[in-house]
Amino acid sequence: MTSSKIELPGEVKTDADAAALMASLQLMPSPVPNADIKYTKIFINNEWQDSVSGKTFPVYNPASGEQICEVQEAEKADVDKAVQAARLAFTLGSVWRRMDASERGRLLAKLADLVERDSAYLATIESMDSGKPFLPTLFVDLQGTIKTLRYYAGYADKIHGTSIPMDGDYLTFTRHEPIGVCGQIIPWNFPLMMTAWKLGPALACGNTVVLKPAEQTPLTCLYIGSLVKEAGFPPGVVNILPGFGPTAGAAIASHMGIDKVAFTGSTEVGKLIQEAAGKSNLKRVTLELGGKNPNIIFADADLDLAVEQAHQGVFFNAGQCCTAGSRIFVEEPIYEEFVRRSVERAKRRTVGSPFDPTTEQGPQISQEQQSRVLEFIQSGISEGARLECGGKALGLKGFFIEPTVFSNVKDDMRIAKEEIFGPVQQIMKFKTIDEVIERANNTEYGLVAAVFTRDITKAMTISTAMQAGTVWINCFNALSTQCPFGGYKMSGNGRELGDCGLKEYSEVKTITIKISVKNS
Amino acid sequence: MLRHVLSRTLPRISGISNCQYSAAAIPVPSAQPEVHYNKVTVHQDAVSKRSFPTINPATGEVICQVAEADKADVNKAVKAAREAFRFGSPWRRMDASDRGLLLTRLADAIERDTAYLAELETLDNGKPYAVSYSVDVPMVVKCLRYCAGWADKWEGKTIPIDGDFFCYTRHEPIGVCGQIILWNFPLLMQAWKLGPALATGNTVVMKVAEQTPLTALYVASLIKEVGFPPGVVNILPGMGPSAGSAIASHMDVDKVAFTGSTEVGHLIQQASGSSNLKKVTLELGGKSPNIIMSDANMAEAVEQSHFALFFNQGQCCCAGSRTYVQDTIYDEFMERSVERAKSRVVGDPFSMKTEQGPQVDEEQFKKILGYISSGKREGAKLMCGGGVAADRGYFIQPTIFGDVQDGMTIAREEIFGPVMQILKFKTLEEVVERANDTKYGLAAAVFTKDIDKAHYISSGRRAGTVWINCYNVFGAQAPFGGYKYSGNGRELGEYGLDNYTEVKTVTIKVPQKNS
Repeated sequence: MTSSKIELPGEVKTDADAAALMASLQLMPSPVPNADIKYTKIFINNEWQDSVSGKTFPVYNPASGEQICEVQEAEKADVDKAVQAARLAFTLGSVWRRMDASERGRLLAKLADLVERDSAYLATIESMDSGKPFLPTLFVDLQGTIKTLRYYAGYADKIHGTSIPMDGDYLTFTRHEPIGVCGQIIPWNFPLMMTAWKLGPALACGNTVVLKPAEQTPLTCLYIGSLVKEAGFPPGVVNILPGFGPTAGAAIASHMGIDKVAFTGSTEVGKLIQEAAGKSNLKRVTLELGGKNPNIIFADADLDLAVEQAHQGVFFNAGQCCTAGSRIFVEEPIYEEFVRRSVERAKRRTVGSPFDPTTEQGPQISQEQQSRVLEFIQSGISEGARLECGGKALGLKGFFIEPTVFSNVKDDMRIAKEEIFGPVQQIMKFKTIDEVIERANNTEYGLVAAVFTRDITKAMTISTAMQAGTVWINCFNALSTQCPFGGYKMSGNGRELGDCGLKEYSEVKTITIKISVKNS
Repeated sequence: MLRHVLSRTLPRISGISNCQYSAAAIPVPSAQPEVHYNKVTVHQDAVSKRSFPTINPATGEVICQVAEADKADVNKAVKAAREAFRFGSPWRRMDASDRGLLLTRLADAIERDTAYLAELETLDNGKPYAVSYSVDVPMVVKCLRYCAGWADKWEGKTIPIDGDFFCYTRHEPIGVCGQIILWNFPLLMQAWKLGPALATGNTVVMKVAEQTPLTALYVASLIKEVGFPPGVVNILPGMGPSAGSAIASHMDVDKVAFTGSTEVGHLIQQASGSSNLKKVTLELGGKSPNIIMSDANMAEAVEQSHFALFFNQGQCCCAGSRTYVQDTIYDEFMERSVERAKSRVVGDPFSMKTEQGPQVDEEQFKKILGYISSGKREGAKLMCGGGVAADRGYFIQPTIFGDVQDGMTIAREEIFGPVMQILKFKTLEEVVERANDTKYGLAAAVFTKDIDKAHYISSGRRAGTVWINCYNVFGAQAPFGGYKYSGNGRELGEYGLDNYTEVKTVTIKVPQKNS
């Protein structure tokens, strides 16, 4: 029961003995055969509703390009309905507002238990809808989802205000109150985990939610809606609206009845969200956006570890991570060796069906993304980077791309500046620590950074110097629900996870009482 | 009647307003629950092979024999706890979130077995089953769940230290914690002790009260069931002078937490001083003032003051045992309080009508009767009760004394029984001074509609807890503990974690600090 140690992507063994692997697969959970899609409607007030317009949209399996089902398409009118429900659930004196904080925690813990109960089913649907391999989905995404919900369940009754030794004859204290109706817009790369990252802190703090999942991957998020209801959350507390950014997403961002909007996605859309908040009701905005993250490898690093972690750091989830370590700076003396080993590792990466247990990499999420990544690869070639391996679409059905490695990458090339969001590794060379600090920070992004070295002084220097919200030392993608996550610069505003995540869902109220005689 | 009793009593006990138990849902108890666990920890005999009887206080009959742990058993348990705490052990290597999950699963198991635990608690302690079932066990579950949530949120800090250094703190467990608990809330005190100690990663050697060992031993079986590693929790039934004293003076116990009398609290602190300076937290006695201003809502004040004193047969360290009533309403308050006390139903704890069961044992029973005699002797006016309430078992009538003066023994010492003292006062300043004229400082309450009076008293009273227009409101979230002779340290809330934590400051030289 407590052996839930997650095998993080970075920890995948390099030289897995094939026989041992197959033996262990015998014990591994399997996908649910012929998994039914049970929920394809809009979830408002704990009820399943058709879209006001009557419109639907298709959802595809990116491994085959085939349609899975049609889903009700929420637009502005549906957002209005959801906001009304969320507003009502947030009324002073409502069941949700009157509930003990510990009871809110109980409901979240129950939701975590239900996700755990249905994790094989959820992982199956997640794999089908997003193309990510089933086993990592079960061990990383589902565990991350369950742990996040449990973590915030525990916080519900620990969100403390303070009493304050104010000057004068007063008694002053603060209350941390929920903000109100929170709009939440999430991406397609970790559909379930992003749902948990958003719902966990918002509900622990006592808010109500109008959540739009990505149009590419609405299915698991909708299933969570059914679990929200089963866990016993009051109607209107969580509302889930599948739909598109320019319609439903924009309606949320500019809605006058929404008090806060949280968005995870591209920097480009992040700007639109902030503008919409400014133009409408100055709703609070938190953003978790793109990255072009430096991963710095010093010559004294454990080379096996560095190569594997750098590989996983960029290729995990088919490269579709905002945390992807897509600029790898390698110290000159080990550059050639590092490139050689990285290429060797990339060539061994198994690409294939998400439901094949030996698959490390599934398809990209859509044809659009596939084309975009291939276009980046072309720009790398034409701007003079050396293509070491990969570079092409794989001749399968679906949206697969070969694991691709570029060496001799220069800082001003497009592949070194822009977020590719695909399985493409850029390897650059550096000579001094001062030089690499400057080059690593020379980007509009600031999400994460990593450094590999055995020298504690170098590690501390880099970790202080990086303009990034997260720095990993001798590890990569070591995310955990206890640790805050978010971006410097154009990688975002605010933090998710940890206790920092709660601040983004609270208003602080200062209450001051005149008293007759103050004493310490 | 039951619904009436509960609806009157229960909402005042914190947090249960939302609890899933209602009077209607309480299952009919078995008055003779089977005892499954009567040995040291789960299954070991005492080294000495000795045992002692545990008594049903409602009848005075022996329930069963329980293995009696003494120094040799404490040594065994400390060794097991030390091994479980070894650097690199499964318990030390475990993710904090998994420690939390184990505590959650323990809460789930206790919730599953609520009815049985409540029966056993009532059998061994004498408290009414309706209360065990609706108050004690649900509060245990909530306490453990609360602490479970802290396990992975107990964060150190990074600190902007002067100079070219990087500095951070780690909150580390203290190590092997000795815990000695009382018989008045056997299950709840166990949860108050285990929750924070385990959330923060310590290992535990717990001695449970010899009067009430049975539920704690059953919980030990649940601890094993949910998967805590061996040695993390060790539970020893035994006596204070042997097992308790062995814990307090053990050279390999890093911390001791004690709940009980102030008298024994002194001994514990001394034992620490004469052995290894183990950390000490104490939750001791009280003589808590409950102040009723003339503008208070009379009906509320009477009912709450009754509850403040008589709850749990008066066996609460925070009992409101000095009820100060403003002179202009004194007579009316007295009359209504007497009426309420007379209507208090004393009897078989397994009957759903019962509000008050027996005192826990003969010693307590006699001690309380002695206090009642001293009250009469010293000139207090006996308004009702004052005698034994049944011909067997340790039942005492709900008793009220009027015209109590501050210097009387019953106004100065902790009675720990169903004996209410009502005192008269005139002014706010006077009552605060009189209320503070005690060596104790556990709790206090004030009943008033006036916001200024409420704040004057809440800041003027030297006590760890102040209730305004309520009494006995406990929540796992809110710290509890004493000023002065009522104790050291706090239990529950975030503050409770401090008492199970060593703070380690780690400082790393760096070539060049930057903000």
